[in-house]
Amino acid sequence: MASPYSKELLLTMYRKMYLIRRFEERAGQQYGLGKIAGFCHLYIGQEATAVGAIEAIRPDDYMLSAYRDHGQPLARGADAGMVMAELFGRGTGYSKGKGGSMHIFDIEHHFYGGYGIVGGQIPLAAGMAFASRYRNEDRVTVCYFGDAAANQGAFHETLNMASKWKLPVIYICENNRYGMGTAVGRTSAVPEMYKRAVAYDMRGEPVDGMDCLKMYETVKDAAEYCRAGKGPVLLEANTYRFRGHSMADPATYRSKQEVEEERKNDPIPKIKDFALKKKLAKEEEFDVIDEEVKAQVDAAVKFADESPEPSVEELWRDTIVEPGEEDVRPRERVLGTKVKWPSYPSGKELKVTWDLEPRAQAEKEDKKAGLAR
Amino acid sequence: MAELMYREALNQALAEEMERDANVFLIGEEVGRYNGAFKVSQGLLDKFGSARIIDAPISELGFTGMAAGAAMVGLRPVVEMMTWNFAILAMDQIVNNAAKLRHMSGGQLRCPIVFRGPGGAGGRLSSQHSQALEANYAHFPGLKVIAPATPADAKGLLKAAIRDENPVVMIEGERLYAVKGEVPEGEHVVPIGKADVKREGKDVSIITWSRMYYFCEEAAQQLEKEGISVEILDLRTLRPLDEEAILATVRKTNRAVVVEEGWALAGVGASVVDIIQSKAFDELDAPVLRVTGLDVNMSYAANLENATQPDAAKIAAAVKKVLYREGA
Ligand SMILES: Cc1ncc(C[n+]2csc(CCOP(=O)(O)OP(=O)(O)O)c2C)c(N)n1
Repeated sequence: MASPYSKELLLTMYRKMYLIRRFEERAGQQYGLGKIAGFCHLYIGQEATAVGAIEAIRPDDYMLSAYRDHGQPLARGADAGMVMAELFGRGTGYSKGKGGSMHIFDIEHHFYGGYGIVGGQIPLAAGMAFASRYRNEDRVTVCYFGDAAANQGAFHETLNMASKWKLPVIYICENNRYGMGTAVGRTSAVPEMYKRAVAYDMRGEPVDGMDCLKMYETVKDAAEYCRAGKGPVLLEANTYRFRGHSMADPATYRSKQEVEEERKNDPIPKIKDFALKKKLAKEEEFDVIDEEVKAQVDAAVKFADESPEPSVEELWRDTIVEPGEEDVRPRERVLGTKVKWPSYPSGKELKVTWDLEPRAQAEKEDKKAGLAR
Repeated sequence: MAELMYREALNQALAEEMERDANVFLIGEEVGRYNGAFKVSQGLLDKFGSARIIDAPISELGFTGMAAGAAMVGLRPVVEMMTWNFAILAMDQIVNNAAKLRHMSGGQLRCPIVFRGPGGAGGRLSSQHSQALEANYAHFPGLKVIAPATPADAKGLLKAAIRDENPVVMIEGERLYAVKGEVPEGEHVVPIGKADVKREGKDVSIITWSRMYYFCEEAAQQLEKEGISVEILDLRTLRPLDEEAILATVRKTNRAVVVEEGWALAGVGASVVDIIQSKAFDELDAPVLRVTGLDVNMSYAANLENATQPDAAKIAAAVKKVLYREGA
């Protein structure tokens, strides 16, 4: 049977997953060398959940994540050197070295951040989706979080509002089966996270997060559903991290055997095999990609290593917006490349036509109940 | 100029700013069909519709974070906290997200949002419903904190807060909503960061904010009869503090009393004293004194509640003490 997927799509997905993999391996190595400090949560094993979703949505859709946040911005087009520089704490990083590994922001590519408080980004995503409806845009917001984050109040409070107000937001719970060292079943009464959508009368689905194409299909469908105004979607991407929770974690709480077993599910060879089997690409083409990506990551490390630390005056910047101050556009600042920056309609241009609680209906209900308004 | 209640002044500011800028919306518990727990949002649902006046579920953390997310992408939310006591549940979103978005993103993002609602003690509500919490927020870089005492300042500061590009925490006086005062119509914006000399005097400065201003005024009037001339500086903004105004009044009177509704330890007043002693020590004729809420939880019993809070008598006594006139 012919593949429903184009060669271009498959190679793009492979390239992006391989880039994340190589980038993370080098980040781990640089951590070992003491070039990277703090918490550094690697994404190795989970590449398909980022790449499948990102290929399925539009570049101008909003996206945000937790602290395991190097992969998504890379897949969206962030400069690998500048992400690495951020990990190194250098002035050329996306946040000028003020955020580090857990706080990558690339607004140019509509990546609205990595967040360090478990579950804290979940309400933000609903707010971004709310803004899209408020302004009558057909944008969706994609928000990543872990299985442990689904036990936070923020998750439940937000799903309730998002469903009630039919906000165009896709929540992707990356269930990698552990929250730090705690297996999901030890702390979650309902370890199948997608089922929790039922409580909020919203669409919830599990998806194989180790399969980039399955992620792609599921998120494509979810995005259409959101854009059509039908409401939010909760996806549970069943995935696995091959490494510890962070670089500080040797992951002794799980068996070697379990990890070996899961490694057989590696999403990167999977997509390669698929393309080869469908005769859409040749082995040599993958070799070329591999070499290109390796060179790209080498260059990223070199760029980060040779970059200066931020100037001490930076301490006093970026806490409060001073009157007349412009927002920082990292690639413009660092690489001198002109970038298109998101702009939002002014209050004068904006017409709010959305009715969150339709008036006529509310009045009818009030009347029926014998209530005065 | 119209004479308005504090709550009406706030209502006017909200209506005017929502009229001026369609990016502004209000979200909170009971702000819409109920017209506001303290009636600050009276009539706004009829005027602006349900997409802009949003009745939120009782999910303080959730809707506060949601509003912060909307602000990240260009809207200008006003979040009404039913009271600041409940906003404690939303503190993570205010301090870990809103206050830090610009910093974490290295200047890429801004979060223009107002968190507002009643704060302060009193009303026989016991300890969970009766506390002055502004010091908590004044502690965080990335936030601005305002606490107006008069209807005119309430209107002007709220307008400034809505137009500000940063997250602003506005602590209103729960016991001030019915206070009346002259309020300028239309474009009346009070700059954030500027204190106001509410009463000119020459013997001693009282530095305060929000509801305590009225007790200070009462004390000043009593003291005037005894020949003591009191200057009252209303800080209005607690972050950033108006250092210039604080130093100016102290240089004028050479004596100061700082009055604060909240607890003494780590209170805003402690920072005011620090500014004075480190920058105007030589100008002082007496140590600076503080009058604060007692270091206890608030009780329901009327006599205990009263004993817990500062009042005009306690303030007057402190003033006499810095004038070395106690017992005189
Ligand atoms: C509110 C909060 N509590 C605890 C932590 C410490 N912590 C960081 S990550 C983590 C585990 C989260 O696991 P999960 O949400 O499943 O995401 P994963 O790391 O598996 O991607 C914990 C406990 C934190 N950062 N924030």
